Amino acid sequence: MVIYGVALLAACMLIGVFLGELLGLSLGIEANIGGIGIAMIVLVLAVDYFKKRNRLSLPAQDGLSFWSAMYIPIVIAMSANQNVYGAIQGGPLAITAGITAVVLSWMLVPLLSRGGSQPTDDEILEEKTTLGGKDNYARDTK
Amino acid sequence: MLEILSDVFTGNPLIVAFAIIGVTMYLSYVLSDRLTGGKIHGSAVAIILGLALAYIGGMLTGGEKGLSDISVFAGIGLMGGGMLRDFAIVATAFGASFSEIKKAGINGIVALFVGVILSFVVGVGIALAFGYTDAISLTTIGAGTATYIVGPVTGAAIGASSEVITISIAAGLVKSILIMIGTPFIAKYIGLNNPRSAMVYGGLMGSTSGVAAGLAATDPKLVPYGAVTATFFTGLGVLLAPSILFLITKTIFG
Repeated sequence: MVIYGVALLAACMLIGVFLGELLGLSLGIEANIGGIGIAMIVLVLAVDYFKKRNRLSLPAQDGLSFWSAMYIPIVIAMSANQNVYGAIQGGPLAITAGITAVVLSWMLVPLLSRGGSQPTDDEILEEKTTLGGKDNYARDTK
Repeated sequence: MLEILSDVFTGNPLIVAFAIIGVTMYLSYVLSDRLTGGKIHGSAVAIILGLALAYIGGMLTGGEKGLSDISVFAGIGLMGGGMLRDFAIVATAFGASFSEIKKAGINGIVALFVGVILSFVVGVGIALAFGYTDAISLTTIGAGTATYIVGPVTGAAIGASSEVITISIAAGLVKSILIMIGTPFIAKYIGLNNPRSAMVYGGLMGSTSGVAAGLAATDPKLVPYGAVTATFFTGLGVLLAPSILFLITKTIFG
């Protein structure tokens, strides 16, 4: 059933956010540390676990992929909620600081992406075929 | 007649949002096709359109939540609010590969620390250039340059003035908006085309909204990898800025 997938997603999110709160508390700060990131890792592991045991039906996977597909529309709605007016009213100091931080961070991306083995063309091709929800169906039917 | 229509709209906010966002995306994809020959991705056009609408909303209402401060568009606030956004971000992990996340884990963690500290230092440097010299204001503006959540949390913790806190929030907002708009354009120049660089990107940039929207407009497959590190950034910032980074700033600037 579709709801099984949605419920699994919901459970993973709640677990992640809860662990993020605990992590924050244990470090003595009032903030959630990486709750959503933890939830994502829990989901990846849970999906892997259930698929290996053939316990994740196609409708349940549809429940997961529906929300994954709703991601872009939700992000567009999010962009319409941003305090753009406030950002521009923030004055030259805020605008200069924001722009400089982003541009310098952009410049560091190639530098920090090094390390480990650089992917060869074959590996990149392989990555492209194993990523994305749709290919998971193919993997599942094996 | 018009009143009934307005009642229907305000009575079903989330449904209105689905319809509006659907139409916006359709228009954006048509614009992307006709005007740019598909060169600028439809999602990128839609995000820029969304930000423009948010600016108009803020200008008309003086509120802080963009378009959703206009009552008939309140549903946009629900649809794009924290809860559904986080739910959809987690859902993108369906289809992500754990081995990729593990492989680039160290890069991601390094990027997180570099990202928080770099943004902080930039913020402090620019604040100095604008004439701030006290450690409390410098730290708060530096923290805000990390993200717009770290700024006010830090400012409140170390006792910054509300004027400085406002600047710190605005700096974080500028950063987040620039990441949303700029990511698809800069991606090919910085090698942002694989899970490893996406994880580094999330860690360096940090703003979850910015990274989430920027990667969506670049390549949706990269979203889970960027988001998995970006969501740790604010927590790390809240941890470092009011403590160790404040102490260092105080030692240097007194």
